[in-house]
Amino acid sequence: MRAALIIAGKDLSQRIRDRSAILLGLVAPLGLALIFSAIIPSGTDSFDVKVGVINQDTGAISATFVDDVLPAVERDGIMAVTSYGSVETLEDDVESGTLNAGYVFPAGFSEDVASGRGGSVLLIGNVDSTISTQIAKAVLDSYLSEVDAVGIAVGSALINGATDVDELTAKALATPTAVALADTAAANRELDATTFFSAGMAVFFLFFTVQFGVSSLLEERWYGTLLRLLAAPINRWSIIGGKALTSFVLGMVSMIVLAVSTTLLIGAEWGNPVGVLILMIAAVLSALGIMAVVAVVAKTPEQAANWQSIVAVALGLLGGTFFPLSQAPQVLAFFSKLTPHAWFLQGLGDLSAGDGLEVVIIPALAMLSFFVVTIGIAFVFGRKRVLAL
Amino acid sequence: MNVLECEGLLKAFDDLVAVDGVGFHIAAGETYGLLGPNGAGKTTSISMIAGILESDAGRVTVAGTEITTRTTDGKAQIGYVPQDIAIYPDLSARENLQFFGKLYGIPKQRLGSRIDEVLEVIGLSDRGDDRTEEYSGGMKRRLNIGIGLLHEPTLLILDEPTVGVDPQSRNAILESVEQLGRRGTALLYTTHYMEEAERLCDRVAIIDGGKIRAEGTRRQLVELVGQRDTISLGVVGSAARLVEALETIEEIESITSSEGSVEILVEGASRLLPRILDVAQQTGVGISGVEVVEPNLESVFLHLTGKALRD
Ligand SMILES: Nc1ncnc2c1ncn2[C@@H]1O[C@H](COP(=O)(O)OP(=O)(O)OP(=O)(O)O)[C@@H](O)[C@H]1O
Ligand SMILES: [Mg+2]
Repeated sequence: MRAALIIAGKDLSQRIRDRSAILLGLVAPLGLALIFSAIIPSGTDSFDVKVGVINQDTGAISATFVDDVLPAVERDGIMAVTSYGSVETLEDDVESGTLNAGYVFPAGFSEDVASGRGGSVLLIGNVDSTISTQIAKAVLDSYLSEVDAVGIAVGSALINGATDVDELTAKALATPTAVALADTAAANRELDATTFFSAGMAVFFLFFTVQFGVSSLLEERWYGTLLRLLAAPINRWSIIGGKALTSFVLGMVSMIVLAVSTTLLIGAEWGNPVGVLILMIAAVLSALGIMAVVAVVAKTPEQAANWQSIVAVALGLLGGTFFPLSQAPQVLAFFSKLTPHAWFLQGLGDLSAGDGLEVVIIPALAMLSFFVVTIGIAFVFGRKRVLAL
Repeated sequence: MNVLECEGLLKAFDDLVAVDGVGFHIAAGETYGLLGPNGAGKTTSISMIAGILESDAGRVTVAGTEITTRTTDGKAQIGYVPQDIAIYPDLSARENLQFFGKLYGIPKQRLGSRIDEVLEVIGLSDRGDDRTEEYSGGMKRRLNIGIGLLHEPTLLILDEPTVGVDPQSRNAILESVEQLGRRGTALLYTTHYMEEAERLCDRVAIIDGGKIRAEGTRRQLVELVGQRDTISLGVVGSAARLVEALETIEEIESITSSEGSVEILVEGASRLLPRILDVAQQTGVGISGVEVVEPNLESVFLHLTGKALRD
């Protein structure tokens, strides 16, 4: 352990000195995340469902939806909401594609619902944007399903002698709205654009950062210094341990610094820090394993570096670090699951949807299995070739 | 007591048996040479002794501790200077020494002054803080040796430490090796330079084809050659044709040739020299020089293997 620390200490100071680790681990990803988030303002068109709304009702049920629910959904970057005065204009805009969908609350809607007659809302959808209409419908459905429960609550309150229906309904609606919102957000578990690019670039460049530690074993062999390490009074595993530690530290530092700086600089929202940390550790380990395999198969440090770049770029593209996978064909989304990148971004997406910490378990386990498999392969190929173990 | 004892060392790479039953011992303060041509098995033997390479058979002990690739503490007794320069180019000499010093467990309070001492010995005191990639070949060589002796090992193994070094640096290296020997360090020194083996080593093993052909002091080895001399001919024209013609002379014991020269091992050089020159004239190969050399380790090697040390 002591020897591993000494080796890692030497490697880290070498890497800091040659600056390439800083360049690839911090400057490049941060720079690109800044550029992307500047070019594509957060809440991009492609992420948004544009809806119009007309409220001819004066009651509390429609008012809560229009004044509380819709603005909250808008803040989450799921929808862009515009108020309309006339049904015709709204219909025209939906038809022309300016809007994806529209809600119309008729006069007396709240009254009808509260009195148990059952009101109805008009949802106008554009045939060309079925997904958006689905989302608009999902938002409304989950709200109305709650209203049903509210209707019952109000009903029983009335029996108990209360008189002001509007006041009671508003009161009853005040609390559960948050729950309804979390459910609707589940329909769109995607990161907002800024966070997406920040996390995407971080995990993309992670594969370059991690290679420094892994490949330095090849470098030691190239310089002949591996012979000295093998002759030294240390356990051979501590040589591997030192290299792995170097990679791990470089990877974690780069990820954490990126998460903090994108949060501060461009308002990225990475989510629950514990969950993010778990995902980061798993991502760093998976990158370490994959890069170790490439390093072990290569013959020279240069060859390893070239192959590692190719692998890092290929996995990064496939893993959807440059564009969200929801925009890609189904096949690609399927194959992307063969990359740690996709699992990392999925984990962050789920985390951002506000579900509990347990949502990171599956993505983390998926990434850890990359680690286990690749490190096994690297060991089998490498023990004779690199270390003569 | 012997510092190093090894016996029956064996190593094969696929079909090639690189080291075949090598064994010897070195006492404290003794300098032991492994003299042999390229590919003789010197580095492979040393790698097994230093616990770098796993042996197929055999046993190594240093200061009473058995050495294998899995040994940890016991290896602290050994200093190892690899044949090829093995230093970090992006670190300074001082940083290189610091790293290996820590790895060998030199206490922190001792390390700084010990590094200064070593830098002094290898003559790099004023360049110690420069990155080693800015060093000349000779300076790198000297640092390569310095790292090996940093932790004051009981046994220092030097694998051809003077290859590619200018005569001046080379002399400095040989001097510090001699000094280490005088201070009681056991030295294992490989070389294919006869002169170095003759100058430095108390005992020499002649190694070829993975086997030790003979072992002893210089005097003991030279006695193996008996009254034989080496005649060295400078040749203008085809050395091969001359060798072919000379092979008809039965008294010639062995003969080797290289670009522009032919080496002949004979008993009684003065008696045979006229006949040799006669044959040369008949073949029409020009002779540019004749030299008769007293027996030395080179002739011992020629006698034992029928080959020249260097080709
Ligand atoms: N790792 C290896 N794989 C295969 N063959 C090897 C390996 N190492 C050495 N050999 C072979 O073993 C033989 C002995 O090599 P070794 O390096 O021990 O010779 P040497 O005496 O040190 O030569 P030199 O003076 O050139 O350094 C050579 O034929 C060499 O090709
Ligand atoms: Mg050698």
